[in-house]
Amino acid sequence: MPYIPHTDSDRRAMLETIGAASIDELFREIPENLRVQPGTLDLPPALDEPRLMAHLWELSKKNVNLADVTCFLGAGIYDRYIPATVGAVISRGEFLTSYTPYQPEASQGYLQAIYEFQTMISEIYGMDLSNASMYDGATSMAEAAIMSTGIKHRDKVAVSEAVHPHYRQVLDTYCWAMGIEVVTLPAVAGGITDFANAAGASCVIVQYPNFFGVIEDLDEARKVADQIDGLMVVVADPIACALLKPPGAFGADIVVGEGQPMGVAMGLGGPLVGLFTCKKALIRQIPGRIVGRTKEAHGDRPGYVMTLRTREQDIRREKATSNICTNEALMALATTVYMIALGKNGMRQVATSSVQNTQYAMKQLTAAGATLKYEGKVFDEFVLQLPKDPVAVRDALLEKGILAGLPLGGYYSQLQNCLLVAVTELRTKEQIDTFASALKEVLA
Amino acid sequence: MSRLPEFRTKQMPEPKLIFERSSTGRVGCNLPFADTPDVDLASVLGEVREELNLPEVGELELLRHFTNLSHINFGIETGFYPLGSCTMKYNPKINEKTAGLPGFANLHPMQPVETIPGALDILMGVRDMLCAITGFDEITLQPLAGAHGEMTCLMLIKAYFESRGEGEKRHIVLVPDSAHGTNPASAARCGYDVRPIPTNDEGNTDLEALAKALDGSVAALMLTNPSTLGLFEPNIQKICEMVHAVGGQVFCDGANMNAMVGTTRPGDHGFDCMHLNLHKTFSTPHGGGGPGCGAIGLMNHLEPFLPVPVIRRSDNKVVADYDRPQSIGRVSAFYGQFLMEVRAYTYLRAYGKEKMADISRYAVLNANYVRARLKDVLPPAHDRPCMHECILTAEKYKKENGVRALDISKRLIDYGFHPPTNYFPLIVPECFMIEPTETETKETLDEFCDVLIQICKEAVETPDLLHDAPSTQIVGRLDETAAVKNLNVRWYPVQ
Repeated sequence: MPYIPHTDSDRRAMLETIGAASIDELFREIPENLRVQPGTLDLPPALDEPRLMAHLWELSKKNVNLADVTCFLGAGIYDRYIPATVGAVISRGEFLTSYTPYQPEASQGYLQAIYEFQTMISEIYGMDLSNASMYDGATSMAEAAIMSTGIKHRDKVAVSEAVHPHYRQVLDTYCWAMGIEVVTLPAVAGGITDFANAAGASCVIVQYPNFFGVIEDLDEARKVADQIDGLMVVVADPIACALLKPPGAFGADIVVGEGQPMGVAMGLGGPLVGLFTCKKALIRQIPGRIVGRTKEAHGDRPGYVMTLRTREQDIRREKATSNICTNEALMALATTVYMIALGKNGMRQVATSSVQNTQYAMKQLTAAGATLKYEGKVFDEFVLQLPKDPVAVRDALLEKGILAGLPLGGYYSQLQNCLLVAVTELRTKEQIDTFASALKEVLA
Repeated sequence: MSRLPEFRTKQMPEPKLIFERSSTGRVGCNLPFADTPDVDLASVLGEVREELNLPEVGELELLRHFTNLSHINFGIETGFYPLGSCTMKYNPKINEKTAGLPGFANLHPMQPVETIPGALDILMGVRDMLCAITGFDEITLQPLAGAHGEMTCLMLIKAYFESRGEGEKRHIVLVPDSAHGTNPASAARCGYDVRPIPTNDEGNTDLEALAKALDGSVAALMLTNPSTLGLFEPNIQKICEMVHAVGGQVFCDGANMNAMVGTTRPGDHGFDCMHLNLHKTFSTPHGGGGPGCGAIGLMNHLEPFLPVPVIRRSDNKVVADYDRPQSIGRVSAFYGQFLMEVRAYTYLRAYGKEKMADISRYAVLNANYVRARLKDVLPPAHDRPCMHECILTAEKYKKENGVRALDISKRLIDYGFHPPTNYFPLIVPECFMIEPTETETKETLDEFCDVLIQICKEAVETPDLLHDAPSTQIVGRLDETAAVKNLNVRWYPVQ
């Protein structure tokens, strides 16, 4: 049996100790009519390890993987370099196969790593504190919105149209279930958010840089949040924050985001890691786990524990700040290794290279016959307006080994002729030139 | 008999924080510089950030840091991890290998769906196998963890009642007092009022109390089967009938699915929907508290409300369907925990039709064996065969020796075992919830039981040994009250 170590004699001896004649007898409390005969379910046959590996290899080969094409697709998930150290650390069995650190004495390694994670995420966003992670950027944002309704005792939130459409869809689902109204603030016309309709909302949610790649005016977001006496919630790209003034410096109350660009495989978008930071005053309303530093009860050694546990579902039940239990610890660990491996200089180098490549790509692609949709400043992503159907252009370029970006017509009816293009530090001048000449051919 | 390790890790130096190993100018990764023309950052970006206080360490220092941290962290691969309700089974290494294949790991969630047929095959394959195992009509893999799956189920129920014009009227969700805390918390996240249902002396749902609570205002009952007491609910069909009779829905908390795989199907019990924890039952690693992976199963009447995308067959092809007018919408950003699904798929195919039932059969055998071996020192809370986990009580030691379940657990750490779950379910005093899983050998279970018997002896003879435990770890018991009082959740540079 795969993974089950029992021998026949083990089984017999164990049944004898139990005082049962057979394993079947142990299931006697299950009504007869609800039991199925072992081996009768409609399942495919078992595969031994080499056949299993071969089968999965075959399935994996059916996909177009990004090692085989040049990726200019971003839209929330980015093709960035993952240092070899990340995989080496997160595949260690002591981390990979551990549970939530409910027994702190036997879990100091993970708890310390999460404390380091919380420190660095807070630093990147310029915020007071971070939790130990959420599922993904989208659910993290929905949790921030719900947290704001609890703090402000209002049942309305305002979100910019230039926030990732999938994030807004998740927000809609979460808010529908809790009877919270979602107001959308327009942004498509100018590429930045128009906050005029935020009145009555418990928060304004804005993305930085936004879904179109444009760097939003966070001073304006803060001003509007103050005017409506609501919280300022920012969804921020952590890599961009290595160069941009961080949202915390603009006075953001809650900053959330997707940690994937920092060392997590794209993996068709899962598992990811949601980042969640806030001001100190809000700590008791924060969802999810938090690790704190303390010392021994009867000694002086420092150590780490999960803290402020009375916010959580296993203690507070229906009055908990969220229903989240499991988070994304392993992916948080991946980002921790990433942030350390790159450190201050590496993070800035990755961000700077991305900016440089992006500026060059904007120049080359517009020279190839596309135009820029928006004028605002961008970090590593921008919207191109094309003289041809972007879906057809994307498909034609894919034939040439270039994953050109995301056609936006499916998300924004006013952007039918637009393509969202991202350029990370991994792209080279040659790849960008190839993209530009291929685009020119396709548009010709 | 295990003996206490000679080597005391407390003799190890306190681990430094990575920030304390930082030195200006070091980098731990050999990164590319762009070969495109330089730009003036300020003119491109506007204001440019100056301070970024991240550590600067070399690659070897980084690895030593984490290797040393791993040495003070307990995983399944370190030792026996009988944590009840968590199903800490072996996480097969081949799963890691398949999930790491470039044709899975290097997929962008927004790349054209036509370019990922192999990924859709995985999702469809997991769906098909889970349908067969659970007996549900449909499965979605969109939820990202167990609690997320619970919440998604309740959203489906909410949408179902709204579609029938009963949304306002049905505002109550019933939750047994033995349920996981995520159940009432998930119900609250869907705007429901939560009412508890008591458990009777035999450990079953109190049918009289249930009957009293049932009326037209009930949207759903959330039931864990087998219960958190490790017992199969023998009245399950009747319970589902009672709830259905007043028009309500029954949700199954699938945390304990490991007891049922290949042996009995919740879909046959009368449940309308259920969540599964693929990170428990189907061996994807827990990763220190995540990623989870929370598939849900449901019957056809809830199918129109499934979150998008719905992965389904169309003309012999697998497609991602977004054209779902009654859908609750998205619950997660993309396709769920895809690389976890690859692991679960690999695991399911390793067992296959012939061997799938062995999972539950040996899980239940192991739990009953531990129960039988410990019954004299830690009596079971109920005099019935258990399923995949056994619930024992240490009440006697608390009363007679002033030793709590927690003290016994902490002493287990000294002997090299991870403690079981304590103090849950809340209704059993000084509770031990032991879930050995099917992947442990008889020898490991024997060692564990021998040690627990020894510790129970210590509880009577030398109780202070237990109060002071653990004494073999890098730290002794930590002051959790001080952690709240003097909140310190991040490091700051010394000024």
